[in-house]
Amino acid sequence: MEKTPKWIDVGLIPLLNLLIAFVISGIVVLLIGENPVQAIKVMIDGALGSPYGWGYTLFYATNFIFTGLAVAVAYHASQFNIGGEGQATLGGLGVALVCLAFPWPHWSIALLAAMIGGALFGAAWAAIPAYLQAKRGSHIVITTIMFNFIGASLLNYMLVNVLRPRGSMDPATARFPKSTYLPTFHDMPLIGQFFGKSVPANISFFIAVLACFLVWGLIWRTRLGYAIRAFGRSESAARYAGISPVKIVMAAMLISGALAGLMAINNVMGTGHRLVLNSVEGAGFIGIAVALMGRNHPFGVFLAALLFGFLYQGGGELALETTIPRELITVIQALVILFTGAFDNMLRAPIESFFVARANAKKEA
Amino acid sequence: MSAADQTNAGRQATAALGAKEAATPAKVPAIELKGISKAFGTVQANKDIAIRVMPGAIHGIIGENGAGKSTLMSILYGFYKADKGEIWIKGKRTQIPDSQAAISAGIGMVFQHFKLVQNFTVLENIILGAEEGALLRPSLAKARKELKRLADEYELNVDPDEKIEELSVGHQQRVEILKALYRQADILILDEPTGVLTPDEADHLFRILDFLRKEGKTIILITHKLREIMEITDTVSVMRRGEMTATVKTSETSPEQLAELMVGRKVLLNVTKTKANPGDTVLEIEDLRVRDEDKVERLKGINLTIRAGEILGIAGVAGNGQSELLEVLGGFANGTGTIRVNGQDLDLTGKHSDGQSRRARGIAHVPEDRHHLGLILDFMAWENMIFGYHSDPAYQKNPLLMDNAGIIAHTASAMERFDVRPPIPTLPAKSFSGGNQQKIVLAREIERDPVLLLVGQPTRGVDIGAIEFIHKRIVELRDQGAAILLVSVELDEIFALSDRIAVMFDGQIMGERLPEDTNEKELGLMMAGVAT
Repeated sequence: MEKTPKWIDVGLIPLLNLLIAFVISGIVVLLIGENPVQAIKVMIDGALGSPYGWGYTLFYATNFIFTGLAVAVAYHASQFNIGGEGQATLGGLGVALVCLAFPWPHWSIALLAAMIGGALFGAAWAAIPAYLQAKRGSHIVITTIMFNFIGASLLNYMLVNVLRPRGSMDPATARFPKSTYLPTFHDMPLIGQFFGKSVPANISFFIAVLACFLVWGLIWRTRLGYAIRAFGRSESAARYAGISPVKIVMAAMLISGALAGLMAINNVMGTGHRLVLNSVEGAGFIGIAVALMGRNHPFGVFLAALLFGFLYQGGGELALETTIPRELITVIQALVILFTGAFDNMLRAPIESFFVARANAKKEA
Repeated sequence: MSAADQTNAGRQATAALGAKEAATPAKVPAIELKGISKAFGTVQANKDIAIRVMPGAIHGIIGENGAGKSTLMSILYGFYKADKGEIWIKGKRTQIPDSQAAISAGIGMVFQHFKLVQNFTVLENIILGAEEGALLRPSLAKARKELKRLADEYELNVDPDEKIEELSVGHQQRVEILKALYRQADILILDEPTGVLTPDEADHLFRILDFLRKEGKTIILITHKLREIMEITDTVSVMRRGEMTATVKTSETSPEQLAELMVGRKVLLNVTKTKANPGDTVLEIEDLRVRDEDKVERLKGINLTIRAGEILGIAGVAGNGQSELLEVLGGFANGTGTIRVNGQDLDLTGKHSDGQSRRARGIAHVPEDRHHLGLILDFMAWENMIFGYHSDPAYQKNPLLMDNAGIIAHTASAMERFDVRPPIPTLPAKSFSGGNQQKIVLAREIERDPVLLLVGQPTRGVDIGAIEFIHKRIVELRDQGAAILLVSVELDEIFALSDRIAVMFDGQIMGERLPEDTNEKELGLMMAGVAT
């Protein structure tokens, strides 16, 4: 039996799927009465054509790496965590509480503490659905999605009734002390000169990259990762091996929630400098698409997060520069998800059999 | 063209093997397949298959798991569409796009897993899908009459008003056959029909098949059991790796020859073993009871002992509590009662009743279902080689990371020792054949030098060539002084390996025998619960 080369599986097929998604998006743009070539040019210029664009693209990508990794880790334990949105919301709360707790002497200490705060709050928000799944069998998809709503309401309550500074009309926390501001790309040596003062991308990006490596190590190099994957592939076999389903579901979901919660160091601590309503802006849901497209591998998640960062930033530019509505970017994202995720097998089967046939022909010749 | 084909078919039919009435010239085969090919992605499941079966004949199709038998039958019954090839039924080229077409062409199928509505009566099941008109009463009355006729004619007695769930497995199978006959089937395909039957029930089934043959029905029997082929068929086709390697007259072949055709090399059908030399008692089970999720008692007070250096074989029809016994011993089901290993109690509930604790006590387990329990099919061979023992310090590089390189090296040598082919540790388990998968599980469990080895269906779905090897290894482990609990539904295997045989029926031990003092008939009665 011949196997298809790996570069086709992880390289060619996703790229072709992406291409189809873009071609159909182009047709939609054409139908609206705009020029698709112009549109793609605006998107690329806006997202990748300048340090300003890159600053935003990488900022968004950072969010998506965290939420994408969160979905991926849970997925390896066959848990579909669609509560990244709520976990990131709560992570924001944790980060804000840490930042406001006392005057931090230096951003690095504040960052460490904020990471712990964000991760803990995110994990705690994942822990309840995880417990209900592990012990009571309540389906994780249902509970996590409900916890998104509860999380949003909780944040609303906290901002309006507890954290809002006296006299403010705005449902938001006070500004964090200056000492907690994270270095942006502008503040960094070597690359700083390219980026303007207001660039949102910050040191969190590198923490996100580090998280990719750590997640990779966790899943493929540690005992826990081994047990998580074993349980995710076959629950019955895991029971035979003496792997406790309760432990695995809890561990995977806590790590997943912590990763989603960590996103807050980027959007809340890194740029917002205060906690506002709906600061997550759907990144938790984008994480699902990112994990899907990245095939739940940290490296794939990284690439997919970059792509979605590009779509997000480029889409914003599109709305500014043309009459194409911002919503179209949602259409493009949906098409990308549709073709890279749901329709993946559409191209896969014919391409694979083509390469197998070719390899067989070669062997016979 | 079609006329030429016809005469050609006729000529070939005359030369066709085996069918008893083939002496009459120009007789048309009941069913003929020409050049059937079917591929699933990159796997060629059927390659240029040709069969010709004459009416009134029983034709066996034998082959190992994955040889393509089931695919071929699915094509014949309209579940799959062949990529290439033709199906001829009674001399007419026939398209079978779905099972309706198969039924109207006179093909009836008895699946390995019955397709019956459990809480319907026999009669309701018979007419299901063959109702005539909106009202049931006329159809039911007609079916009742027809059923009586069939029962008288073929010894196919079933109470038409009994619910399916009340019937024994053997009777359920009869309902499946009746269903096919009621739909005027004259070509009957049976897929592994004896897998769930006691020897007695199997004998009865063969008697029924014999009646049907005499009535001129055509029967295709798919099985992996050589004995059944020899006993009942007129002709037999051997499949190997998607190809039909041979078609022979049953009377002109032997089990050894068939085995060789199936495997592609000579095989020993029986392993030689010396007499057991049992030592101290290793396993003692007293009044073991297990309830399933619905609170139904599956084990009803089991008492057993096994000594070191002894193989205890548990015979029984599948589903009589053997699986539960293995589960509770292996640490993934709760129970009540007492189990002692080397004199010390095992926890039957709570934290220390899991698989890890069992392994720590020296209990290794080759589970019945390697696809769902013993292996993770998507995992590579090396990941499977430590499955269940992955917390062993020997497999850790440091407190954080596993020693993947070391495990791969260990796996490579274990694969060598157990003759796993291909010996590539980084290949996913699903890429190995059934026999090689089982060897991976066996290597993992046997190389831990267990005091007690639990083995469930060690050779189910395993190629004949590997059976010999697996049996040898189990006997070797016994000779090294391990106690071995063997569960198998194959009586041949029980006789080949056991030093003592216990028979299980309905969650109880019906009795124990020494293999030299008993025979299949006696065990069969015990398996059916009629003798102790």
